[in-house]
Amino acid sequence: MSDVAARVKKIVVEHLSVEESKVTDNASFIDDLGADSLDTVELVMAFEEEFGIEIPDDAAENIQTFGDAVKFISEAS
Amino acid sequence: MFDLTGKSALVTGASGGIGGEIARTLHAAGATVGLSGTRTEPLEALAAELGERVYVLPCNLSDLPAVDALPKEAVAAMGAVDILVNNAGITRDNLFMRMSDDEWQSVIDVNLTATFKLCKGVLRGMMKARWGRIVNISSVVGATGNPGQGNYAASKAGMIGMSKSLAYEVASRGITVNAVAPGFITTAMTDKLTEDQKSAILAQVPTGRMGTPEEISAAVLYLSSQEAAYVTGTTLHVNGGMAML
Repeated sequence: MSDVAARVKKIVVEHLSVEESKVTDNASFIDDLGADSLDTVELVMAFEEEFGIEIPDDAAENIQTFGDAVKFISEAS
Repeated sequence: MFDLTGKSALVTGASGGIGGEIARTLHAAGATVGLSGTRTEPLEALAAELGERVYVLPCNLSDLPAVDALPKEAVAAMGAVDILVNNAGITRDNLFMRMSDDEWQSVIDVNLTATFKLCKGVLRGMMKARWGRIVNISSVVGATGNPGQGNYAASKAGMIGMSKSLAYEVASRGITVNAVAPGFITTAMTDKLTEDQKSAILAQVPTGRMGTPEEISAAVLYLSSQEAAYVTGTTLHVNGGMAML
């Protein structure tokens, strides 16, 4: 697993209080990991801080799965 | 009770009678206060009066890019914004049939759009802190309407609907969003009314007198406090019984 993926996974696990094994590439934050819409906003805020990047609102809307997040952050950072 | 030690509060319209009193009251309860307003001189005078734990943050709320910058400036100065009081407001009264688009839009921009932007700007820090208080100063006319104030009443009613919607969204994060709706309060603005105008107004007020800025700031202090953690999405009417809502 890439360094980015590991750091993203740590944030997701901590924020959503889910087991690490459930955080797979296709895992949807809302449908599979129990996030509500406000959780997804907070996750994006946490990603921004962890990686020192800015994630615009329209891009944030497209980050729905763990894989989406890793892909976006890998390309942005 | 109502100890705000360690909290930082941003108050808009702090150069006015009600806003200045809100800043004094929150400061007296221990908060660090950021005084915002268009006119720097009265802000500096109030800051000098309060002494410590006070910052002057001038901002013209009709300048929307400046509104976006204000929360960041407040955080840079105070370290955080734990309490936001959207008190600033303008009036541009006219009969509805004579009201220009500009009279409508300028009031909506300052009273409602700037409030939206300031709320949005402080939420990130409040969400992380899992604590926040937003108090939006509405008006009795937002609930009752008032001839000549279609724009102002719309903006003040809009603040209430906005506050309730936001209150739903952020309640689980320890953030409360409430409104205070003053009735007729003694300020420089109401001092300009003639005796006839005043007595006509007071005939509608069961307590038979105008309210004081201190009576508004006390309501704001309560809604800003830890003790009010279970109060959100409400409108606290402080109007001497003029409208019992």
